[in-house]
Amino acid sequence: MSKILRVNMDERTAAYEDGPEGYKLLAGRGLTSTMIHDEVDPTCHPLGPNNKLVFAPGIVTGTSAPSSGRVSVGAKSPLTGGIKESNAGSSWPQHVARLGLKAIVVEGQADGWWGVHVTKDGVEFFAADEYAGKSLYEIFPGLFERFGRKVGIAAIGVAGEHKMSMAGICFNDIDNRPSRYSGRGGLGAVMGSKGLKFIVVDGAGGPGVEIANKELFDKGRKKLADSMRSHDLTKPGGALNSYGTAVLVNIINEAGALPTRNFREGRFEGAAKISGEAMAEFCETRGGVGMMGHACHPGCIMKCSNVIPNPDGTEMASCIEYETTWALGANCGIDDLDVIGKLTQMCNDIGIDTIEAGDVIAVAMDAGLADFGDGEKAIEMLEAVRDGTPLGHILGQGTGFTAKAFGVVRSPDVKGQGMPAYEPRAIKGIGITYAISTMGADHTSGYTIAPEIAGVGGKVDQFDTDKAALVRAFQYTTAFIDTSGHCLFIAFPILDIASGFEGLVEECSGVLGVEWTGDDVTRIGKEILDKEIAFNRAAGLTPADDRIPEFMKYEKLPPHDVVWDVPDETLDAVFGEA
Amino acid sequence: MIVQVKLFATLRRQYPKLGIGEAMPVELEKGTAIGQLIMHLKLPSDEVKIVFVNGIVRDRGHTLEDGDEVGVFPSVGGG
Repeated sequence: MSKILRVNMDERTAAYEDGPEGYKLLAGRGLTSTMIHDEVDPTCHPLGPNNKLVFAPGIVTGTSAPSSGRVSVGAKSPLTGGIKESNAGSSWPQHVARLGLKAIVVEGQADGWWGVHVTKDGVEFFAADEYAGKSLYEIFPGLFERFGRKVGIAAIGVAGEHKMSMAGICFNDIDNRPSRYSGRGGLGAVMGSKGLKFIVVDGAGGPGVEIANKELFDKGRKKLADSMRSHDLTKPGGALNSYGTAVLVNIINEAGALPTRNFREGRFEGAAKISGEAMAEFCETRGGVGMMGHACHPGCIMKCSNVIPNPDGTEMASCIEYETTWALGANCGIDDLDVIGKLTQMCNDIGIDTIEAGDVIAVAMDAGLADFGDGEKAIEMLEAVRDGTPLGHILGQGTGFTAKAFGVVRSPDVKGQGMPAYEPRAIKGIGITYAISTMGADHTSGYTIAPEIAGVGGKVDQFDTDKAALVRAFQYTTAFIDTSGHCLFIAFPILDIASGFEGLVEECSGVLGVEWTGDDVTRIGKEILDKEIAFNRAAGLTPADDRIPEFMKYEKLPPHDVVWDVPDETLDAVFGEA
Repeated sequence: MIVQVKLFATLRRQYPKLGIGEAMPVELEKGTAIGQLIMHLKLPSDEVKIVFVNGIVRDRGHTLEDGDEVGVFPSVGGG
């Protein structure tokens, strides 16, 4: 049976345990949120000694299940003051799962900077002061040199050392870049508060993931993989593989829902220049190391990541996601992909969430610190974050904090966390999702864009406000996907192809030796959300926090001139708290 | 009548000389519907997923008007 590894930073000791019987079927987000709910005082200071940081691979992570190299990281968030699960794709959780570990739990706080090296033989602590204060791109090659090319590394950058609320936790990509992020919610600051710089994991020689019913697992794995290979969106040569997630830029812009210049407008005149199509053109015309169809972890079918080249063919940035090109592009009024690439690379190097970074720069521009579109000033702001200047520390605390510091009413945040790349006024279901998510403004907690814009899983009117049931269904199903260890994008094929959904349920059942059905997906998702909501309520967050910022109720968003008009009763009805 | 058509993502492969986000003027008979426009442009019909007319999603039976801006998308998503 897989073990839980506890890393105690006070004593710098490690211990393996079986965990309670009730955790037997839990993994990924289901496990991180349960452990935070069960073990962390909701009223604790997120950066104090009583918060914990839990890393958990999903149910099928570390197996041959397609696109399943995902990790959930959980803690109380310094950004939202509530529970957080932040998800990333990397080989790192595959190493963890192959060691027979279902979670690594970091507790206590150390003086100085430390790393831990986890192998089949146990855990070793190493002094990491020599790596502190340096860029992640500078130190990653040396770490792989020291511990081996094939290990996985979780790390924080200088922003995590500064304990900033927009600091993420960075994981290696398939080429060992420091570029895959559990970005949202400031979990890098939590790791920093514990004095932990790195968790190096080597899965070699580990027992691997136990599969209780191999036949059922294989049957499910094949069904899911077939659905991914046949769906237009996720198949090889399809939209995600060819253009990356930034293939969304043009359609969200066309829908009048691409937040522009700090959520003042819903359309950006420079959208085409920062889109996935433009990135693919860069790769084609500039050549060099540029490529679309890059994978964030081994075993991915979709391969929606990218390496974007400089004019001379050298590497500019990897990866520029949809959210990233929007946050640092349209939202800041910047239409130059080379500038966006520079900003993206800085975020990865410093260790910050690109969404929060773009939101705070845009808020600062709205406050008059720079003109919208001024890329040089945007770069200077990230340098301030990197250097930990007083301005950098303000920006580093995230969207809501920055808006307050500069007296900006137009603060596009929920629970302090900056909104992602979809305008709530123009796409109501995603707005409801931002409002009620246990995570703060978060699109990945329930990706209603699928039916509202992409026509996946049916097609609903983006302006329709009566979507409590739709949002609830997405919340529960997504919590299950985040528990399974799959990339959220399997939602596209399984929403449209019934056998793909069956495959998901069967491969999870096969690993765990249970006989789940589709009903169990909803049940398990609801159990996770119930725990997250209970934690948030005990932490002091109330339904009054489940709201969209007031300015969206009275500022009309062009081009459709729409306001936020979803009744509060609809928001409270999502989880039945009306 | 003339409508302005933009093609995105994989559909741009049908008109490779068209710039990203560039509108192509298309002359049509009055009363032409979206479905007929797709045939007229020889776009792979089963690949066309979402069509916007002036920023609003419309179905294939929707009748176009002179000066309409039409955005045609295959299956796209991500985020």
